[in-house]
Amino acid sequence: MEFVYEVEGGDFTKAGNASSAVKKTLKQLNVNPKVVKRIVVALYEAEVNIVAHAYNGTIKVTINSEHIHIVLDDKGPGIPDIDLAMQEGYSTASSKVREMGFGAGMGLPNMKKNVDELNVSSEVDKGTTVEMITYL
Amino acid sequence: MKVCDLVEKLNLKVFCGEQGINNEVVGAYTSDLLSDVMGNVDEGQVWITLQTHRNIMAIASLKEVAAIILVKGYKPEKAAIEQSNEEGIPILGTDMETFEASGTLFQLLNG
Repeated sequence: MEFVYEVEGGDFTKAGNASSAVKKTLKQLNVNPKVVKRIVVALYEAEVNIVAHAYNGTIKVTINSEHIHIVLDDKGPGIPDIDLAMQEGYSTASSKVREMGFGAGMGLPNMKKNVDELNVSSEVDKGTTVEMITYL
Repeated sequence: MKVCDLVEKLNLKVFCGEQGINNEVVGAYTSDLLSDVMGNVDEGQVWITLQTHRNIMAIASLKEVAAIILVKGYKPEKAAIEQSNEEGIPILGTDMETFEASGTLFQLLNG
């Protein structure tokens, strides 16, 4: 099964809508609630990153009996140094975004903690792809 | 303990989401960093914060918290109120500061 969601950059009023839709779908498919909880944390962080940093993006969720595979693909500024971005506390978020309580530099570490496999690839001035795999 | 018990004992204001007033409370988490809350708050906990925008409801909904308590007299923004009413997750308010609100709630839940 495959589901695709669109995410608009800069629009914080809609941040979390895609994660919420995926959560509902996973619950309907009777995925273990513990697995759903972890995926939701990782996915929300990834969705907010598109909203906070990119122009737009898509979330593609593929589910089969063995794993849940999520790919977030965005058009945006990209990440020049992924290792640095992975460090807890490092953030390039604007002061406006930080005032809202985002941009604490915990997003990527949160993703890593909550999925079995996390792959981040990026091209500066083009965009970023985040792949998250959870084994069932 | 239920959300309505906290409202009564801590004299909290109920801004919205009254359908969830009987939600069971299993604990609480205090933080204003959204990723920290996302990563650490548990289902059925009350979340104490000073953030008032709509995204607190996105997190509250995804994590299935029992209720949100806004400190220092802060009021929720309109979009947050709307989502709170849709989801049935109450947003409550107090004039207490975060330290005092957390401490009082801790005593109540662990007393």
